[in-house]
Amino acid sequence: MSDALLKVRDLKIGATVYPPSGKPHDIEIVHGVSFELEKGKVLGLIGESGAGKSTIGLSAMAYGRGGVKITGGEVWVNGQDILKQGIRDLRRLRGANVTYVSQSAAASFNPAKKIMEQVTEAAILQGKFSRKEAEERAVHLFDKLGLPNPEKIGNRYPHQVSGGQLQRCMTALALCPEPDLVVFDEPTTALDVTTQIDVLMAIKAAIRDTGVAALYITHDLAVVAQVSDDIMVLRMGETVEYGPVDQIINNPQEEYTQALVSVRSIDHEEKLPTPDPVLTVNHVTARYRGTNFDVLRNISVDLHEGQTLAVVGESGSGKSTLARVITGLLPPAEGEINFAGRALSPALEQRSKEDLRELQMIYQMADTAMNPRQTVGTIIGRPLEFYFGMRGAEKRKRIKELLEEIEMGDGFIDRYPAELSGGQKQRVCIARALAAKPKLIICDEVTSALDPLVADGILKLLLNLQKIENVAYLFITHDLATVRAIADSIAVMYQGKVVRYGTKSEVLSPPFDDYTDLLLSSVPEMKLGWLEEVIAHRKMESAGN
Amino acid sequence: MRIPISAMIGLFFTGLYFFIAIFAPWLAPYGMTEAVGDVWEPASSTHWLGTDSIGRDLLTRMIYGGRTTIWIATAATILSFTTGSVLGLLAATIGGWVDQLLSRLVDLLMSIPSLIFALVVLSVMPVTITVLILVMGLLDSTRVYRLARAVAVDINVMDYVEAAKLRGEGRSWIIFREILPNALSPLVAEMGLRFIFMVLFVSTLSFLGLGVQPPAADWGGIVKENKEGIVYGIPAALVPAVAIATLAISVNLVADWILNRTTSLKGGRG
Repeated sequence: MSDALLKVRDLKIGATVYPPSGKPHDIEIVHGVSFELEKGKVLGLIGESGAGKSTIGLSAMAYGRGGVKITGGEVWVNGQDILKQGIRDLRRLRGANVTYVSQSAAASFNPAKKIMEQVTEAAILQGKFSRKEAEERAVHLFDKLGLPNPEKIGNRYPHQVSGGQLQRCMTALALCPEPDLVVFDEPTTALDVTTQIDVLMAIKAAIRDTGVAALYITHDLAVVAQVSDDIMVLRMGETVEYGPVDQIINNPQEEYTQALVSVRSIDHEEKLPTPDPVLTVNHVTARYRGTNFDVLRNISVDLHEGQTLAVVGESGSGKSTLARVITGLLPPAEGEINFAGRALSPALEQRSKEDLRELQMIYQMADTAMNPRQTVGTIIGRPLEFYFGMRGAEKRKRIKELLEEIEMGDGFIDRYPAELSGGQKQRVCIARALAAKPKLIICDEVTSALDPLVADGILKLLLNLQKIENVAYLFITHDLATVRAIADSIAVMYQGKVVRYGTKSEVLSPPFDDYTDLLLSSVPEMKLGWLEEVIAHRKMESAGN
Repeated sequence: MRIPISAMIGLFFTGLYFFIAIFAPWLAPYGMTEAVGDVWEPASSTHWLGTDSIGRDLLTRMIYGGRTTIWIATAATILSFTTGSVLGLLAATIGGWVDQLLSRLVDLLMSIPSLIFALVVLSVMPVTITVLILVMGLLDSTRVYRLARAVAVDINVMDYVEAAKLRGEGRSWIIFREILPNALSPLVAEMGLRFIFMVLFVSTLSFLGLGVQPPAADWGGIVKENKEGIVYGIPAALVPAVAIATLAISVNLVADWILNRTTSLKGGRG
């Protein structure tokens, strides 16, 4: 046995699937993965959804989520094969020697208990520390993780701190019992970029200072490059490439890794504004019913025919509210909207069918944007029927054309949404919007829920369709890499206001205002040492602090 | 597709009862009100279940009684489902004061025990089958309303419903094409349970003398007519009781199976 802290050899993991027709049966989801992790080192596990990265991460605690079983191989922690241990030994291992940080801290903390109680619970329960020692250690960790008021924050309830702070509390929870190994499962994925960077920095410093080993699971290669020593690229339960971080980022051998490294390198020439914008938002202020708080404050932006306006900002900046105002779901309190040379009625109910047809929307979650009981044909066919009165063979022909346009064959026409992959679902939503022959499509975070390579495909498709159909996009996103790829003009939103607005080259060239600088510098870059550089040059604290 | 044994049993008995209810006049060996023997004769080859308190063939009474009970329960279930789910879906999609008015009205009705309410209404109204169906159906529709509204409120906030609204679809498309197909499986499963409740309800009313009026037969009424016999060790009153119990259990088994089949939660996480 070498002195590796964690040694995984030929790990095989299976799960039971329940197909809608036919008998439940077992399939293998991880096919013989091996790796080693030394004390004080960080191994990044990266791959798309379904690659098996979380499943492998949890196997370091000999744990499988509902229906998942470890079927073969060995997992050695501190010189013991934990797959052979009984539940009593495993209980002593979990939460004490190996701990876990999940993606959503908000869903993992018990809302009814104070943070301190939850952070120290495992350490006390496992007999590692007395209550007093554990609390002292927790305060020390809070301080180390850069949480404000480290002495007092433990007395708060989980809802009383921000998302980024809670994620750091969870890291404190994992580090409190002085574990040998921490499994980080997408700890920053649910956070805004500006908050993500603080959490990343805190995690990195904590790992360095405590000398703990870590498995860092994420789908974002740029993020994992900042914290890891080694990286393992996974795809469909198999190792694609495994090596030191420098080699994976700067000299990837496998085609799949190369694709991951070069993701979002779409080149898009920016178009110049035309004299008549297709959409003009004029001094719009909006608030939700029954509140006094202005979610949007005096917003004015233009969008030109066949072009893309990207609206960027963190969660809570009012981007999606702007979409609701334009679609008429939330009539503005003040201001007006002009569309295709005419004034749009503020409320949805008063708009003409023509207005509705020319303004379409695509949602973030393609899953919930399609009725699960309707076939692809019905979903795409309904706008054709509703706006153009198409029926029968004519309608079917047009549906097939649209399926061709979104690069899916006509074999999909009778399928249900549940039978499609994430990227295919979003493509069908795009086809539904296109079916109405719109002048403007509002895209609300359409690529955020997708894996990077799939998202790339969707962006390319959208750009291509824009050339063919001359449709304008209002593209709402928090991801600046996406913005760089497709925008012609950009509006940066912060706390309900547009803080910077202009063509892409104007907005992305210095001098920057403080917020845009923070936002731009927070986008992880595929380069080693980027994190330290950014932190050193920052002018403004993120809102999450 | 494999049907589990419990559902098979449920389907068999439910089917059998409905078959008997539909073809009662052809299946019954004697006339419904015809006295054909002595009082409380024991089971024999001429009277398979014996005779009742005034010498009518008990099997014949049971067959006709099943017809009445099942017919009233079915009609009342359909009434309660259409009223309850249409109002529930409307309340969920329209919202605002319509939702408030309907929901508070339903709260009011539900705060009064249905049996007491039905007894009061039936004691002032003429007791006919139509009135019975109306009273039972409307009282029970409050429960269907609650379920339908709760399910529809969840579906109403889905993006595909918003997409339909943005497309300019009318309310009927949104209710019947977007929401209803997704609300159907909990509603169908609930339908089985409501049907059983109706069988019990109509039997209770008849037993108390405010349901189906003699000489017409129904299961609750047959229990009432023969209940004195129990003191003398005559089991005639138990026959309809067993019938009510087996019907209730079988329909439940079927409803469970439907719910199991249509729900996406099968073992583990999602």
